[in-house]
This record gives sequence, C-alpha cells and structure tokens, in this order.
Amino acid sequence: MLAKVTSTEPEISRRSYLGWLIGLCTAGVGAVLSVPLIRFALYPLRMQTTEVKWSDAGPLSHFVSLAIPLRRSIQVEQVDGWRETVSEKVVYVTQTPDHQLQVLSAVCPHLGCSVQWSDAKQEFICPCHAASFGADGTKLSGPSPRAMDSLESRIENGRLLVRYRYFRQLVPTKEVIG
Amino acid sequence: MSSTNQVSNRSYPEPPRRLNEMLRWFDQRTGLNALMREALDEPIPGAARFAYVFGSALLFIFISQVITGVFLALYYVPSADHAHTTVAYITKTVTAGSFLRSIHAYGSSTMVILLLLHVTQTFLYGSYKGRRELLWLSGCVLFALVLCMAFTGYLLPWDQKAYFATAVGTNIAGEVPLIGGWLKSLLRGGTDMGTLTISRFFVAHVLLAPAAIFAFVALHVYLFRKAGAAGPISEDLVTPRQPAEPFYPRQVIIDGIFALGIIFILALISHFIPFELGPKANPADTHYLPRPEWYYIPIFQWLKYWPGSLSFLGVVVIPGVIAFLFASLPFLDRRMERRPWKRPIAVGTYTFILLALFGLGYTSYRSDHRDPGYAAQLLAQQKETEEFMRKPFEPVAEPSPAAIIAAASNPLVKEGSQIYQAQSCQACHGEGGVGSAAGPKLTGAQERWTAEQLSALLRSPSTQMTAGGMTPLDLKPEEMRALVAYLQSL
Ligand code: FES
Repeated sequence: MLAKVTSTEPEISRRSYLGWLIGLCTAGVGAVLSVPLIRFALYPLRMQTTEVKWSDAGPLSHFVSLAIPLRRSIQVEQVDGWRETVSEKVVYVTQTPDHQLQVLSAVCPHLGCSVQWSDAKQEFICPCHAASFGADGTKLSGPSPRAMDSLESRIENGRLLVRYRYFRQLVPTKEVIG
Repeated sequence: MSSTNQVSNRSYPEPPRRLNEMLRWFDQRTGLNALMREALDEPIPGAARFAYVFGSALLFIFISQVITGVFLALYYVPSADHAHTTVAYITKTVTAGSFLRSIHAYGSSTMVILLLLHVTQTFLYGSYKGRRELLWLSGCVLFALVLCMAFTGYLLPWDQKAYFATAVGTNIAGEVPLIGGWLKSLLRGGTDMGTLTISRFFVAHVLLAPAAIFAFVALHVYLFRKAGAAGPISEDLVTPRQPAEPFYPRQVIIDGIFALGIIFILALISHFIPFELGPKANPADTHYLPRPEWYYIPIFQWLKYWPGSLSFLGVVVIPGVIAFLFASLPFLDRRMERRPWKRPIAVGTYTFILLALFGLGYTSYRSDHRDPGYAAQLLAQQKETEEFMRKPFEPVAEPSPAAIIAAASNPLVKEGSQIYQAQSCQACHGEGGVGSAAGPKLTGAQERWTAEQLSALLRSPSTQMTAGGMTPLDLKPEEMRALVAYLQSL
C-alpha cells in the first residue's frame, strides 16, 4: 500500500512512512511495556488465590473398625488472596459398606442445620426438620433432597486429611459452592 | 509569524484509504485533526533540541506512575493492619509485582531528577522570562505537588523505613508556630501515626494530588503554548525571529527516544535491583534510625542544625523564604537578558542553592558512615530488610473468632463449642453466640447468670424463651457442664 502512494505523492509518502513508523514503534513499545501489567493483573486467574487447605481430622488409629460414625471438629484454613482464615467445622468420619473411610459434612443438605448422630436410633437426625440419614450418609427420610455430602479426603503419614467444602442446599445433586 | 504559517501548511501522514475515510468521519465529529495539527505544529524557534526533552519526559513518567499506580492498587489495602502484608504480597507473590512496584518507586526518584533538570534548563535558558510568570508559577505548583506525591507515597508500604521517615516528616509540620500541633494532627489523623494516617496519605497520594497534577499539567501546557517555546538563548523571548521547526517530527522523535531510554533504564534497574520492602513498621522500636528518600536527605540534614527555639527559623522561615523567592523569580528578574554568563546574581544564587543541597546531602551521608554507632545500626537495618525480603510471603492469619481461641486453650470449653455446633445452637444464636435475626446473642452470659442458672435455663427454658423458639436441651451432665463453660467463655 505504501508503494502505491509513493508513486503518486512522494513528499506525502515520506512523511506518511515516518508517521506510520513512529506509530508502529509506539505500539510495539506499548505492547512490550503492557506485558508485565497484564501478567500482574491476571495473576489471580492463573494462580489459585483462593484455596481451601487440607485439614487434619486425626490419626488413622482413631478410625479403625468404626462401628458408628465418629464426630470430629476440624480446623479449616482458607487462603483468600493475601489473608488466611481459620474456622472450626464439624465432620463425621464413617465407613462405606466396602470398608473405605468416608468423611461427611455435618451440614444438612436441606437448609444447613448441623446433623447429629443418634446413638439410640443408629441414624443421623437433623434437629431442624427431622431429616434422617443412614450411618453412611444415605438419605432415609425427611425433607433433605439428597444424601449427606461426602468430603474429599486422603491419607497422609498415617493421618486422615479432609478438604472442607460447602455444597448448595435444596438441590438433588451435590454442587460445590464458594 | 511567517514561519508559523509556513509550518501549518504542511501535509500530514496519509493513512490508507479505508482508514482514511474512518478518520474523516471521526474528525468531522471531533475536530481531532485540527487538535493534532495544533499539537504537532507547535513552532520551536531555532530547531528541535535535546535540551527541550525534560518537560515531555516528566509528563511521560507521570503517566507511567499513574498506570503502575492504578495496577498496584489492585492488591494494595490502605490500613495499618494490611498495608504491609499487601505490599509484601505484591512484592513476593504476584507475577511481575516486584517489577511494577520497583518501576513505581524508582519512578518517583526519576521524576524528582527530571524535575531538577527541567527547572535547571528553564533557569539557565532564561525561559521563565517574557510574559511567562504564570507559566513559571504553575510549574512551581507542579514541583510542590510532585514532592507531595513522593512524600505521601513513601508511607504507604508501612515498613520500618516508611513509618519512621514519615514520623519525622510529619513532626516537621508540628514546628509551624501556633497551628503546628493542629497541622500535625491533621496530617496524621490524630496525635500518633496509625491507620488513619495511612488513609489520609492514601487519599492524598491517589486522589487529591494526582487530580491536582492533571489540572496543573493542563494549565502549564496551555500557558506554555500561549507564551510559545522560548527557543535557544539567542532568541527573543516575546517575538521570536529565528526560523521555527515544528514539534513534529524531529522533536517528537527526540522526546520519544529520551522517554524510551528512561523507561529502559528504569526497567533494567527494577529488574536487577528490585526496590526493597523492610519488615513491618514497629512503632515500639526505639533504635530505628529513620532516613528519608535521597531527595529529602539535604532537608533532613538541614534540620539538624536548628535545635529547640531556633527550629522555627530553620524549619519554616528560611525554607519558606527560599521557596517564595524561587516562585517569584520571573517577577524579580525582569530583564530580558537570557545568557547565563550575563546573569551572575541569578545563576550564582541558583548554583549556590544546588551546591548547598549537595553539600548537605554529602554531610548527612558522611556523618552516618563516620559514626560507628550509626553505621552499625544502619547496617543492621539493611540486614533486617534483606532478611525480610528473603522470607517467603506469609498470609495474614485473620484472627479466628474469640470463641475458637478460648476453645483451643480450655478442653472443656472446646468440647462445649462442639456441643454448641452439634445442637445447631448457631442456627439461631449465630457462630460464637453473636446472635442473629432468629435468636438473641449469648455473649456476656457470664455476667448475667451463674453456671447453675444457665444449665437450669437450658434444661427447662423460660416461657419467654420457648415463645422465641428455644427447645429444652437434654444433655448428659458432663456435656451440659461443657456447654455452660463454653457459653460463659463467650
Ligand atoms: S435443615 Fe436439616 S432437615 Fe431441614
């Protein structure tokens, strides 16, 4: 395109060329300079800046041959950008029918009250609207739309670790929120 | 005049056709072409020169400061609790954070250097003469604003250096007679430095001073264009006679190259010697030797010579008189003579002040390094800073609710807090018994009921409580004891 202009108006083309060159240089330098700015601003998108850390639920020896669900309070550390929050949450450690350890959140999937284990009835009962669940968290009766929510867990150095999460209430499928 | 006309008849870069039409559409609605012509055709008597770069370089660095500043504000929090943590987060964790912060911090030094060069060039060329009094005054205001930006920005990281330098800086305001104490409290937001000081400095640094700088830059540029570029010292100040060269393209390219050079050097320094962050401000540290940023060191040293009753003279009167004389320069120096060697008094005074500032700076440096006590303390401070920089970023732990702290220390209370959760008490009374719409708060139960009364109430609630929705609690005695212990800890 530049060549075409050159043939008709040589004076303009020289200036035009210079103008485009300056414009191009400015754009180039601007693009280079904006790289660190963009990387800086996009940091939270590329890195996990909000993260729930693994919480310690106790040594495995506490959970051998669990006859009934075992209640534990865990300290949940949450990283939120440059700060870290600690809160205490209640979970139940149970066994699945195939003898795997399973950690259940005590938050009722109905409206969020704390579900309790009843020794007398051998089932979980929610004190608010009387939803009941089996020892492995399966839904038995009441208004809860689904079974109790199991949490991600793993075993490390002989200790049971849990990643605490909240799940959406009043829906039939388990959906992580927050 | 004829030279000016010649200049504006020139043709301008012709963009390709389609673009050309778009530009015409745009121009008919904005008048952008005329504006660009006005800006680019600025006649420079004599010719484009390297000596004229400092003004546009200042504008360039200011814009860089605005951009980096806006980005830093993405993570910064102006409070005594969080300022230092967030700056540490920027410096140690966020990608390119250390780099951008360094560009911003070194950029302030760059602005001060460019400002000195700009003033010196204007001064030596006598470019403040010939109907340029207001131009000079608006420049003086900008000078003060840039120093204000540097001073307020220095505190924001809230590290030791920032804290103590600002403590000294605000103490100086306290030296002003009559209103000194009031002024100091106004700056600090109280008698002591604290979180309100950060808020104030933050507002000044990111809202007030930048807004004022934008306004005064506009005024300064307008007045500059009104008066016209002063050209070389051989040029007449009011009616230029030498053939003029337009601002575009040569001066634009020279300015561009200079700006590019500055940003390149800034980037190199920022990359290889990142600006440091010291440990968090500790107001209780009585050993800390505060040292301001280098451009304030001469003033800092100057203050040492004016103890006690004389301080008013040294701290307020003398600098005030110098600043006043400086600002009124174009009113005092009315001759049209521009050649520096024909203006011995003005140039001599200016040189003397510059030398005095350098001398004061050097004296301060020397006394810091001669005194073994000072030298050791400054070295220790530097070591602390380096050590802090090496440590990985530690997120602030938000204080967990008081109940959890109490629970952690007393097993009975801990057990009680678990029962509190298990019984869903928090559903109505809130986490940690802070209360909610559904139930009253339980904090302070300690003052109202004894342990026996509490457990009795829990077992068989009063009619008022039952009406509110409270259900009787049937707990084993030891569980009840734990719950009561927990409630009393709230
Ligand atoms: S909240 Fe659990 S049953 Fe309603």
